[in-house]
Amino acid sequence: MTTHTPRDEQEASIIIRDAAATGTLLNVSGNGTKAPMGRPNQTDASISSAAMSGITLYEPAELVISARSGTPVLEVMRVLAAKGQELPFEPMDYRSLLGTKGDPTIGAIAAMNISGPRRIMAGAARDSLIGVRFVNGRGEVVKSGGRVMKNVTGLDLVKLMAGSWGTLGFLTEVTFKVLPKPERMATLVIRGLDDSQAIEALSIALGSPFDVTGAAHLPDRDRRGGSTLIRLEGFRVSVDYRMNELKRLFKRFRFMDILEGVGAEALWQSVRDASVLTDHAQRAIWRVSTTPTKGPDLAAHVAQSLDAQWFYDWGGGLVWISTPADGDAGASVLREATKTYGGHATLVRAPAEVRSTLDVFEPQSDALMTLTRGIKTSFDPAGILNPGRMYAGI
Amino acid sequence: MILKEASMTIAFPKPDQAVLARRREIIEGLGRLVASEALIVSEDERRAFETDGLTAYRQMPLAVVLPSTTQEVSAVMRFCHDHGVKVVPRGAGTSLCGGAIPQEDAIVLGVAKMNRVLDVSFEGRTARVQAGITNLGISQAVAHEGFFYAPDPSSQLACTIAGNIAMNSGGAHCLKYGVTTNNLLGVTLVMLDGTVVEIGGEHLDAAGYDILGLVCGSEGQLGVVTEAVVRILRAAEGARPALFGFEKAEDAGACVAAIIGAGIIPVALEYMDKPAIQICEAFAHAGYPLDVEAMLIVEVEGSDQEIDDMLRRIVTIAEPFRPKTMKVSQSEAESAAIWKGRKSAFGATGRVADYICMDGTIPTGQLPYVLRRIDEIVKSYGLGVANVFHAGDGNLHPLVMFNTHVPGEMEKAEKAGEDILKLCVEVGGCLTGEHGVGIEKRDLMTYQFNPVDLEQQMRVRGVFDPGWLLNPAKVFPLEGRFAA
Repeated sequence: MTTHTPRDEQEASIIIRDAAATGTLLNVSGNGTKAPMGRPNQTDASISSAAMSGITLYEPAELVISARSGTPVLEVMRVLAAKGQELPFEPMDYRSLLGTKGDPTIGAIAAMNISGPRRIMAGAARDSLIGVRFVNGRGEVVKSGGRVMKNVTGLDLVKLMAGSWGTLGFLTEVTFKVLPKPERMATLVIRGLDDSQAIEALSIALGSPFDVTGAAHLPDRDRRGGSTLIRLEGFRVSVDYRMNELKRLFKRFRFMDILEGVGAEALWQSVRDASVLTDHAQRAIWRVSTTPTKGPDLAAHVAQSLDAQWFYDWGGGLVWISTPADGDAGASVLREATKTYGGHATLVRAPAEVRSTLDVFEPQSDALMTLTRGIKTSFDPAGILNPGRMYAGI
Repeated sequence: MILKEASMTIAFPKPDQAVLARRREIIEGLGRLVASEALIVSEDERRAFETDGLTAYRQMPLAVVLPSTTQEVSAVMRFCHDHGVKVVPRGAGTSLCGGAIPQEDAIVLGVAKMNRVLDVSFEGRTARVQAGITNLGISQAVAHEGFFYAPDPSSQLACTIAGNIAMNSGGAHCLKYGVTTNNLLGVTLVMLDGTVVEIGGEHLDAAGYDILGLVCGSEGQLGVVTEAVVRILRAAEGARPALFGFEKAEDAGACVAAIIGAGIIPVALEYMDKPAIQICEAFAHAGYPLDVEAMLIVEVEGSDQEIDDMLRRIVTIAEPFRPKTMKVSQSEAESAAIWKGRKSAFGATGRVADYICMDGTIPTGQLPYVLRRIDEIVKSYGLGVANVFHAGDGNLHPLVMFNTHVPGEMEKAEKAGEDILKLCVEVGGCLTGEHGVGIEKRDLMTYQFNPVDLEQQMRVRGVFDPGWLLNPAKVFPLEGRFAA
């Protein structure tokens, strides 16, 4: 199978134009670290952003960075950190969960709308993504958005590109809004709460004026309690003050610690990367976005029929669930749960033969599916870009 | 000041005579779908809908429909779809870019009657509302628990969330809280053929393609939003602004860069130039310094002790730029006065002159250059300008002032405005940061986008409205349109 690695958007444009003319189905990728996600698809060739690397613009005082799509995320983070800045949405690194190697690219962060725990406060990748350049399925170079953070000029195709998994276009350059890295991070850990108590506590914290930037709950294996994590970030004086207020808010809880430094960072990284669940290498992993207050009910519902393990992020609104990978990997139970409690479930990890026989993403309503199909055609009429990666026929 | 003489530099498509000829039949058809009080046909009553915030332009609509339910909206849309009647959606009609200005062969579909709060979850931090509720109405409905809805356009007392979604509205506090699209979790969207689509909900990040993000800011061209789920946030314990006056625009610009460079993101960072300061001070008596060329309003949030710490840092950062005035608000009343001055900038300017308000965004590093050029541009037309804008994000609002009674001045102001927007694009910015394209910037779109960019947008538009019936005179230049 041919792998195309264009060096710039003109080369990408020629490759895709040719593919459209010959009906060559293209696998669209960066460095392939998330290849085992999504629906397995049959393609004739692939196009990768691997040879399109480099930061093209960075203005710290304007809080903006642009990079070619194949630039390693770690490089972007390193360049930002040198100026005391970071990507606000704390993108997850899927490598440990998926057991893959290589450099995740900044283009994939945009294409898959990858965020982490701070999403709850700072928005998702799509909220920080302010500009894109891409090649559509016709081989045309298209731009949308730009480098300024307030921009309502024309239809917001930036949002469509975010989370479209390479099915609408091959991203060549992405521009993100960035933020200063906080001076200090501290985490309040409450121990011994069950799921509903924990989510209630997280709701109180998130409903407080104290700007919580992380709200997770890691249940114990025996389900009798666990660690409830509430993260504060900012200037030293401010974090001190808010931490005291939070402790006062939760003075009824007996077991509380404050976690800082390397240990705390590692803990949030394991929440971000869902590596809390990765000791089950053979099990399927689901990522469920739901109404935060419904998280515990949803998890309990799943646990009734499946041998499940789980933890919560986003104050209960994001539930990571591991299930046995055989059969439908729990799909029918998960779909019933999202129907009952709202939201959507994505099968993040499962053997290819499982992912190829069921819906990896939440099935959509007929009306939304009609729009989805129409949008796909409007970008990629020949259906050559990552066909079937998200939904059959898209 | 309302302009009596419309200059009509911006063209409207010719009305479809066949539709005009069927007006009676169309009105009868609509009358079967909604209650009689929801259908406005008399010329006098329709006149209230002939323009919006861009009062220089006006068009009398065929009829106005003000439905009360999603079902009614769906029935009206389907009727218009089946009968080839154009639809101009409308919230409160406060659009500054003419986004809600009707056409003679179109009906206006207003959602203002659908203004209830349907459900609030303080635990889940969401509110489900009907789309005709005002922006401020949402905040008022959740204020008793200390919550608010973050985006705060200056027109928040009047403007609807439907209009905010259509325009992806911003406000003075979006540096910290983002704009509408960052605070929207779901919508009920009625398509032109009457199909009702539920997108998103009480959870974060809607599944599949980000159609929610596409609909937000689509200026009523993709469908009519009848309900919305928005994020509500707990308000900070307190907020306090400080004023800094500078002798040179460059100093103010450099001060903004230094604040952000120091890792501080104030909740608001507003810039006013000398004419704006004088106009606003005369109106609001806010205690603005009258002897400076540029002024910054910097607001920070938190507890008293956090605010003190932050303002101390900001004062230290500002000092090297030799501010002539540094004033930290000492009371609630002072804070309110400082904001009253800023928020009434448009109204206060309207008392001293006619003006058009531009809305381009620029990379903030270009600020001093762009301000100098704006001054030159406006002077070359023999006009004046007052600048107020969101300095943290580079969203400019030059108010180009003119006298409508002097023949030709309004055209000159429009030309100057055009030149300013082209300048914004030239330096790497965009035509509109928060007001939208509407009719006002429609014909300038080719300066920001090449034909391929625009075609891709139109192809997407065509998925929702292949016949160009929904708000069709807006956003895209009238030449070169196509659907698929």
